[in-house]
Amino acid sequence: MENIAEYLKEERSQPWRDELRKSMKAKERTSIERVHMPEQDPEKRSHNYLEVNLGLTEEQAITESHRCLDCPDPTCISGCPVGINIPKFIKKIEARDYMGAAVVLKETNALPAVCGRVCPQEVQCEASCFYTVKLKKPAIAIGNLERFAADYERNSGNISVPEVAKHNGIKVAVIGSGPAGLAASGDLAKFGYDVTVFEALHEIGGVLKYGIPEYRLPNEVVDVEIENLRKMGVKFHTNFIIGKTATIDDLRKEGYEAFFIGSGAGLPRFMNIPGENHIAVYSSNEYLTRINLMHAADPEYDTPILKGKVAAVIGGGNTAMDSVRTAKRMGAERAILVYRRSEKEMPARLEEVKHAKEEGIEFLTLHNPVEYEADEQGRVNKMRLQKMELGEPDASGRRRPIPIKGSEFDIDVDLVVVAIGVSPNPLIPHSLPDLKMSKWGTIIVDKETMQSSIPDLFAGGDIVRGGATVILAMGDGRKAAAGIHKYIQEKVASK
Amino acid sequence: MNKIVEKEFFSENVCKIVIDAPEIAKSRKPGNFVIIRLDEKGERIPLTIASSDVEKGTITLVVQRVGVTTAKLLAMESGDTIHDVAGPLGKATHIERVGTVLCAGGGVGVAPLLPIVEGFKKAGNKVVTVLAARTKELVILEEQMREFSDEVIVMTDDGSYGKKGLVTAGMEEVIQREKVNLSVVIGPAIMMKFAALTTKKYNIPTIASLNTIMVDGTGMCGACRVSVGGKTRFVCVDGPEFDAHQVNFDEMLQRLGAYKKEEAEAYERYLKTVQ
Repeated sequence: MENIAEYLKEERSQPWRDELRKSMKAKERTSIERVHMPEQDPEKRSHNYLEVNLGLTEEQAITESHRCLDCPDPTCISGCPVGINIPKFIKKIEARDYMGAAVVLKETNALPAVCGRVCPQEVQCEASCFYTVKLKKPAIAIGNLERFAADYERNSGNISVPEVAKHNGIKVAVIGSGPAGLAASGDLAKFGYDVTVFEALHEIGGVLKYGIPEYRLPNEVVDVEIENLRKMGVKFHTNFIIGKTATIDDLRKEGYEAFFIGSGAGLPRFMNIPGENHIAVYSSNEYLTRINLMHAADPEYDTPILKGKVAAVIGGGNTAMDSVRTAKRMGAERAILVYRRSEKEMPARLEEVKHAKEEGIEFLTLHNPVEYEADEQGRVNKMRLQKMELGEPDASGRRRPIPIKGSEFDIDVDLVVVAIGVSPNPLIPHSLPDLKMSKWGTIIVDKETMQSSIPDLFAGGDIVRGGATVILAMGDGRKAAAGIHKYIQEKVASK
Repeated sequence: MNKIVEKEFFSENVCKIVIDAPEIAKSRKPGNFVIIRLDEKGERIPLTIASSDVEKGTITLVVQRVGVTTAKLLAMESGDTIHDVAGPLGKATHIERVGTVLCAGGGVGVAPLLPIVEGFKKAGNKVVTVLAARTKELVILEEQMREFSDEVIVMTDDGSYGKKGLVTAGMEEVIQREKVNLSVVIGPAIMMKFAALTTKKYNIPTIASLNTIMVDGTGMCGACRVSVGGKTRFVCVDGPEFDAHQVNFDEMLQRLGAYKKEEAEAYERYLKTVQ
């Protein structure tokens, strides 16, 4: 990987890039204001499931692309977990070669239309942008531009399929079809492997389908990316639970040479407080799965969902934001976010917090539920909250919330969604007694190759991290694909 | 897509359905269940596997009409396909030689009990089985139970068949008569609650197999959670079998009714479409 810098330099010195750089003075570029993503009206959108962000217009994208200085040392790339050649794709946009921009994205990112929508760019590429670091100005809108190029390609109906090496006939299994599994399968297919993805649910996409709501990431966008993987030769097997329907050993006997486990962190955490099992207290996973995967909000579908007049969502991450904004869309008169720290410590993307506020979500920070009460039928009707204050920073570096004794008070609620995080799904680890696990139930892997304690088993995403982001899971998937490639090549060579 | 290969009504509302599912047939064990979704717009519901045939590649489910999905399933014919069948899920029954096992099944709970009875018998236990139903027509799988049980006691609420009385009366009869080392109860939650109270009086270790509301069935959503010994457990991955004396059946009964109103409305709408 040491020649990456060399490669980037070479790419940057190509005549078309040189020419573009010279076409506008740096001062002119830096004087352009950052583009503003067009959005659906807050009041209107809080009653529908259509996308909130409407996407940049062509004109906006071109203007924004002019801001990028095409730096000799593109620090933005180091902020990207999958190492997208950011200046190159932006300069392709400036050159009005949008299809070319999409090709650049897909060199290292199997799901650019997804990442352009859900990545926390403000703490990744945009945080290390020259504008942020040196000029103290708003960063280039890298995420918005990524989405623009990916959407342009998708809407053109002429999607490029990445080049695939000659099929080598070697079977590799990918377990779980979320972002980690999809990224791994894309790269493995590029290397020429015979890739089969096993998915426990009836839909491909994992958290992209069951978790992230339609108004933030339309299913259609995900489906197009999956279709692209199919075109690359990746096979998908739904309703197949590894460790249950068949074991890893069964698949070894069927000739699979290596495995990537990207089974996610699908075990919701609860607070274990009294009344948490009352009716209409949901985990965020259940609430969002019913609505996103099972379409419970659509009367045409059979899956039921309970609606609330006053909905409280517990947590401060992206899933909490997704849940509370969904509750609002489901007709809640009051949708309240309850978070035990202050807004500054919230792990959610800034954009989600902003959107939530615009949509009328109430923020009850520095509060924590301690108990729920229910009516005669067992449905939650009251939540007891405790006020909190912030103490010294804890292991996460954020200030620790401390309960204020005697500050408890009740509020009436008829729907609660607990979104305080997830633990790794135990199904696969349970079926592999030799697999080395951490005390948190995550799979222990080599950080470079993503290889586990079992040589033919690689893992990545939340089953390794215990709860992270789409893009970090994708980065793991790509690393693991490279790790698997190396492992199999060495195995073949030694035969 | 899984094909229905055989269908047989035990009574008006209870039906045996054999489904083509070779991979599940091969890997399933007593106690396991599947999640099915009938069509693109269907909900996911858990159904316990009654038996399987590895050679034919089929699994057998016994289904009672309780709502829209089960009504639709009972209206399907041999040759029709079910959109999704996923499994086998849940932990398998821990079967070992313990001595005398008292198995009690109520309603369609008798179906998932069958492979457990068979398992305990084959492990060298004496198995006494109590089958309970409201009335004669609802007694199912009696013959198959007799094949693997040392004794079968049939109880009906109305006395139309076997002995008159509840499942607990049949269980008491056995417990009074001989030493029981383990009890397994499967049926409606209310039946399991009282069966568990009965064996608790005599300190007989008891297993109940719970059938809660589920969505994914793989531990992801927590819809199925129950309190066992004061701790929240997930039926889909920690169960479906638990120490019956530790299960909070009252909470479970409440949670089973979470969508009572929505389900009733949906059933009304469904009836209108089939009329």
